[in-house]
Parts: sequence; C-alpha cells; structure tokens
Amino acid sequence: MSQQSVIAVNRFGLGAGPGELAAASADPRGWLAKQAGQPAPAYPQFERLAHSSEALKEYPRWIAKLGRARAGMEGGADMAAQRSVEGTFREHFGPIMLEEQGARLAVAAATPVPFHERLVWFWSNHFTVSAEKALIFGLVGSFEREAIRPHVTGNFAEMLLASSRHPAMIMYLDNHLSVRKGWQPRQVARSAAFPPPSGLNENLAREILELHTLGVNGGYTQADVTEFARVLTGWTVRPMMNVPAGGTPGFLFDAARHEPGSRQLLGKTYAEDGVAQGEAVLRDLAAHPATATFVATKLARHFIADEPPPAAVARIARAFGDSGGHLPTVHSALLDCPEAWERPLAKLKSPIEYIVSCLRALPAARAAQPQSLYFTLRGMGQRPYFAPSPQGWPDAAQAWAGADALWKRIEFAGILAARTGSSVDPLRLASESYGDALGEGTRRAIERAESRQQGLALWLASPEFQRR
Amino acid sequence: MTTRRQALQLLGGIAAIGGLPRLTLAASSASERRLVFVFLRGGMDALSAVPAYGDPNYAAQRGILAVPAPGTPGGALDLDGRFGLNPYLVEMHKLYAARELAVLHAVASPYRERSHFDGQNLLENGTPKPFGRDTGWLNAALTARPNALAGPAAFALGQSIPLVLRGPAQVGSWSPSRLPVPDAALLDRLGELYRGDALLAQSFTTAREAQKMMEGRDGMGGGGQPVEALAKAAGEILGRREGPRVASIDFGGWDTHIGQLGEYGPLTRNLRLLDRSVATLKQSLGPAWQHTAVLMVSEFGRTVAPNGSNGTDHGTGGAAFVAGGAVRGGRVIADWPGLAANALYEGRDLRPTLDLRALFKAALAAQLGVTDSALEAEVFPDSRAVRPLQGLFA
Repeated sequence: MSQQSVIAVNRFGLGAGPGELAAASADPRGWLAKQAGQPAPAYPQFERLAHSSEALKEYPRWIAKLGRARAGMEGGADMAAQRSVEGTFREHFGPIMLEEQGARLAVAAATPVPFHERLVWFWSNHFTVSAEKALIFGLVGSFEREAIRPHVTGNFAEMLLASSRHPAMIMYLDNHLSVRKGWQPRQVARSAAFPPPSGLNENLAREILELHTLGVNGGYTQADVTEFARVLTGWTVRPMMNVPAGGTPGFLFDAARHEPGSRQLLGKTYAEDGVAQGEAVLRDLAAHPATATFVATKLARHFIADEPPPAAVARIARAFGDSGGHLPTVHSALLDCPEAWERPLAKLKSPIEYIVSCLRALPAARAAQPQSLYFTLRGMGQRPYFAPSPQGWPDAAQAWAGADALWKRIEFAGILAARTGSSVDPLRLASESYGDALGEGTRRAIERAESRQQGLALWLASPEFQRR
Repeated sequence: MTTRRQALQLLGGIAAIGGLPRLTLAASSASERRLVFVFLRGGMDALSAVPAYGDPNYAAQRGILAVPAPGTPGGALDLDGRFGLNPYLVEMHKLYAARELAVLHAVASPYRERSHFDGQNLLENGTPKPFGRDTGWLNAALTARPNALAGPAAFALGQSIPLVLRGPAQVGSWSPSRLPVPDAALLDRLGELYRGDALLAQSFTTAREAQKMMEGRDGMGGGGQPVEALAKAAGEILGRREGPRVASIDFGGWDTHIGQLGEYGPLTRNLRLLDRSVATLKQSLGPAWQHTAVLMVSEFGRTVAPNGSNGTDHGTGGAAFVAGGAVRGGRVIADWPGLAANALYEGRDLRPTLDLRALFKAALAAQLGVTDSALEAEVFPDSRAVRPLQGLFA
C-alpha cells in the first residue's frame, strides 16, 4: 500500500473503510479528483429530513407562545414561563436535530465519496451556523443541505450567496433585526415582548467580511462594515416577528426595511438596487484576491498542515482566482500540491473526524445510537451543530490535543473495542487502513495485546489512528 | 435639599469607608497562592455589567439598555456612588461588600480592532499582536515562576486548553465524562505506546494525574450549568494542599447583538451564571479562597449606544472583575473617560484608559512571584511601558 493511498483515504477521505485503501491504491489522486468533480449520490438518510421552509412554518406558533409567556411576565414575574416555552421549543426541535445529526453521521460513516463529504464539512465549517443560538435550533441541519451541498461542485460565489440568504445564517447573525433608521413595522401589531428593531445590527456584515470572504486582514475598515450592514438591511426571513404574515417561508427581501441609497464599500460605489445591491457586493467579495488567499489558507490548513505551506496556499489561491472561484478547480489544485502528499499523519483528527473514522473502520459500530454518539461528541467538546462561535471549529492540533481531549478518546476507544473487538483482527485492521504508516511500536503493542479487545483499543487510541 | 444623586453618593461614600473593617490580610506563603483566569468570550457588555449610572451621560447614551440607578426598580447594586453592579450580580455584590471583589472599568488589551477572534488571540498570547506567537502568557508565567511545583502547575477546566495556557509548561485539563474509566492494563500499555509521541505523551501523563485527582467524583459534576460545574471542579483541584495553583475556565456566550433587555435576555442569563459560578468557586475552594485571586476578563467591550435590535455591537473599552481573598477589593478602579459623545473612542465605544496587562502583571507578580524582568521579557513582550497595577493584591 503506497503512502499516497494512505493519505488519500485517511487525510482527504474520512478514514479507511473496509477495502477502501486497496480501492484507492491504483490511482489515489484520481480516486479523489473524481469525488470532487461530481455531485454526491442521493443519500437515502436525507430523504426524510425536512426543508428549512417546513421548520419555518412552525415558527409563528412558537413566537406567539413565547410572546404570551413574556407578556405574562411583565411586572416582575419569574422566569419559569419563559423557560418552559424555550424548553418546549427545544423539545420540539430536539428530536429533529438528533435525526439530522444521526443522518449526517450515518452518511459520513458509509459514504463511497468520503472526500466529497469532507469538503461539505469543510465548507459548512467555513460558513458556520450554530444551534448555540436557540432560535435556529430547527434550521442548522437544513442549512448544510440547502446552502452548502449543492455548491461544493459549483461556484464559491453561489455558495456565499446561498449562505448569506439562508434563514439559518440570517437569524444566526441577527440580520433579521437590522433595519434602516426610522423604519416602522406596518401591518404588524406592536408587541411589547418583541420590540421592533430600530436600526442597524452589524453582526452579519462584519462576519461575512471577516470570516466568509476577505479575512480579518483583508483590508476592510469599520466604515466598510457599517456600509455593508446598510446594504444588507432588508435581508430577512419570513415568518418572523414584525414581518407581515403570509408568503412562502424563507428568505425575504423587505424593501421597506432597506436603507435606500448608493453605498461606498472598499472604494467602490454601489447604486441603490434593492436586493441586487447586496448581491453585487457579495459577488465582488467572492472575486476579491483577499478572499482567494483566505480560503486557500484555510483549505491548506485543513488538508495539509496546521502551518500551511506558503507554496500550497499560493497555488490554491491562484486556481481560485483564475477559475473565478470554481470549487472543483480549487479542490483539484489542492490535490496538485506536492506538500499534501509528502508526510502522512500530519494532522490530528478532530473529535468528529475521530469518531467517524472509527465508524468507518468498524462497520459493526455503525449501529450505535445517534444519541450516544452525540453525547460522546459533546463530552469531547465537539457537539455537532453547536460550534462555539461564527468562526467555527478550530482546525489545528493544539485545540484538540489537551489532556482531557485525549482522555475522552481513550475512553471511547476502550468502550468501542469492548463491544466490537471480539470479531475483529486488530493488526489486520491497522495494516489495511494505515499500510506503511503503521509504526513498529504500535504494531508490536497490538501483537502483544492480552486480548483482541485490548488490541483494538490500542489501535484506536494509537498515535497513528488519532492522526490523518 | 439633597438631590437623589447626592444622597446616593453620600450613601455610596458611607458604604465605602464605613463598612466593617476587614481583618488584616494574612500574607500567604508563596506556595499557597492561587490564580484563576476566567475568560468571558464574546465581548461582555461592560456598561450593563457595571453601569456607570453616576455619569451624567449614561442614561441618555444607553437609552433602552440603561440600568436604572440604585434604589429604583431593577436598579443597579451600588458600588461607590458612581458605578454599580448589574442587579443580577448579587453574590458578587456581597463579595464587593466584603472587600473580596474589585471592579476595573474602561479597560482593554492593546487590541483596537473589533474581531472577536483576533482580540481573543492577542489577549491570550500576551504580545501586542494577534497571532504574535502560538503560546499563551499564563503558560509563560508558569515557566517563569520561581520554585515551580512538580507535576502540572495549571489546569484548564474544559475539553480543550485555551491559548492563554498553551506552551512548554505542562498543563492538565479536565471536564466531566459519561463514559466508564478505561481499565488500568490498557492505560499502562498506552503509556508505553505514547512514549515516542511528545504531544500525546504529555497529555496522557497529565490526564492520568487528573483522573487520580478527581477519582470517585460524580461524573457529570453534579449537574447544573457546565460553567458552574467547571467552577466547582476548579475549586476542588486548586483547593488541595499540594497540587496545581493555576486554573482557567472558558465562559462563552457574551456576544450579545440582540435582545439584551430584561430577565430573559442572553446577557442576564450569562450574568446570573457568572454570579453563581463565582459563589460556587469560592465555596468549592474552601479555606484556599483566602489565598486566591480570580481574574474575569473579556476580549473587548461593546458599543455605548444600543444597536437597532436592543443589543450592542463590538466595541473597545470594557470591564474586568478581580475576586478572591487575596484581593484588596471593595473598590472600583477606573480612570473614567466619561460617556460624552466627544469622549468616546471612534465616536462609538468606551475609551479604554487602563491596559489589562497592568492587571495581569500585578496578578502574576503577587500570586505566582513572577519577577518584573520576566514579565517584560517572556510573559508580555514589548510591554515595558505598562506598569503593574499597585496595591490590588494582598
């Protein structure tokens, strides 16, 4: 087994499933390029999951409930009513989220195109939405299916537009509450529980510039942030408090909330053009050289090394610029970087990468209840859909290599091995997934294990298997 | 006739000078002193947490978000006739009255932009630049302290080690777990296996020590909010006669762009949790509280004026809390720049007048015995102009 195929299935893929290393070994690069270039198969696990518009249909009911609870609290009542509504909101959407998480893990554990799936993860993390904000509890799963997956084989600008318009992103970064000065809600009863917004909220504008496109050193100023926030006024969601009832649930450009006028952004003037003004800004941001470098740096960090090699960054950024952000071209440039193929095991797996690679290696473990995996991941500090901030999950070993993080992996390896180890030959599993990258120390430790279970636990907790 | 404000100032004055004299702080021996670093990630809204109700521009500038003056419904808990604590910081107000809490206002790190992630990185790495290095000042202080104890000198409470504690000095971490402890035979063999892997070997050694330390403990930390459970665990770890003397706790969720108002706002929820967690930490530390200083800081403050959604956007100057028996508390430390429109930083933020590194340096000198020269050379490079705050620690 060549080093190249070990890298292809473990670093670019999601960890070797049975027979996968052998399948990739004839042409590792071609095996990956094919996955990056074409849409993923239709996953049956996603068939039952609802579109964001379905979840949004239920929002008015919850908003009304919450409003009633809040109204009842005026005059110093306690928080119990409020808590119970939020509790039932979570209870309602909790099983939906669990189903979403279970489907996502099941797809990752068994997909025949693991590189494609990893790219989905990468871009989802780039455009992070997090259920840390309870308001989008019911939307974080559909965000990935609607705004990210369709564009992984398409164009960065389209993904940026889809993300920026998606109800989950708009609500996560508060743009539904950003309005022009002097805006007054019409056709809507004023509610004391939800006072209507009265001006700008710059959250979405800032994070698009800082995290989705130019990067924090991309050359924008506070004045650009404020101007962009004005451009984005009116980008909201239906149905929502203080939005007229009716219409299709989803993205809404509400001209009444939009701050009219031409805007100066990054030295360019954008004439008033309704929703198209914002779209024009987003397209220019997508095509900006700073965006190419920012995205290339993140790709190189994820796929090559925590300290991205400058030559690889330059190559990927050039492909991004030359192709106008055509993502299959960009992903292919990544595969062309010699640095990506030089050193196996350069990256420490994140908790979710670790768990999924265990599931891929051990088909018997895939029957695990999504709920137990969810709690395991929460214990490891990477609860799916709950990234701690709009920056997303960290992508460097230092974030995941602490004592507690390692301990949780060992606990998981121990319990998984105890459950499945009797039917697995650990040494064979190790060499069939890591080939020559399996070190002598680990090989000896597995050979000398006092039981198959212990041998498997040693392999799953080994320095090699924790890396990709 | 006395106006309400004059009366309040008078009351505040009496509270400040007329409180029960505290027993003279017994000097702790070097090995008894402890330091806890609590990072309030997301940018705490300092003018809600520590309302400057006595500033003539406070009510007008804050508008709907203004915390009323003490003595009015929902009013601040008075500190010194000028500043108050948010009414939900009840336990912290008690600590203030007992002179075990000091409040610093109009503070900031050297960072002057408005990105959380650069701001947090700079505050933690200890240089004047985001990503100025990939290790943290608290770790550097562990290396620089004289008479380091054997074993991990510091513990990060949580699943990962924050940048401020990353670096060459050995650091443990711990968080609650639902899974069973692996059997000892497996652990012994893993110890062997990790020998050739510097990164994992160190983490593994400290993890095993942590497990010994926390043996027999309720796995989930007694329920409750995670941060409170971590505060309890920090007290248990630092409370031991021998063992780590430094702990960090990460506490996120302070990025309150919307709906800060009232009982159900995210800010209120966080302030209550902070208040409870400080009380829990004190209780859990037991007698060791006497020798402890707890630093509570955030990467920046928020805009002075509310934004369009009853929240606040990213700002500059903020506030910090310092609690513990080793603190000369009961006072507000602020070179107050005022909230008049022309006094604001870039026309929108509280202007910072105190560098947080002055607090950090004083805390490291007092609690860990780090020398001035080490503070300037290794812990906070390029910080000679920032003098340690005087007289804050016993």
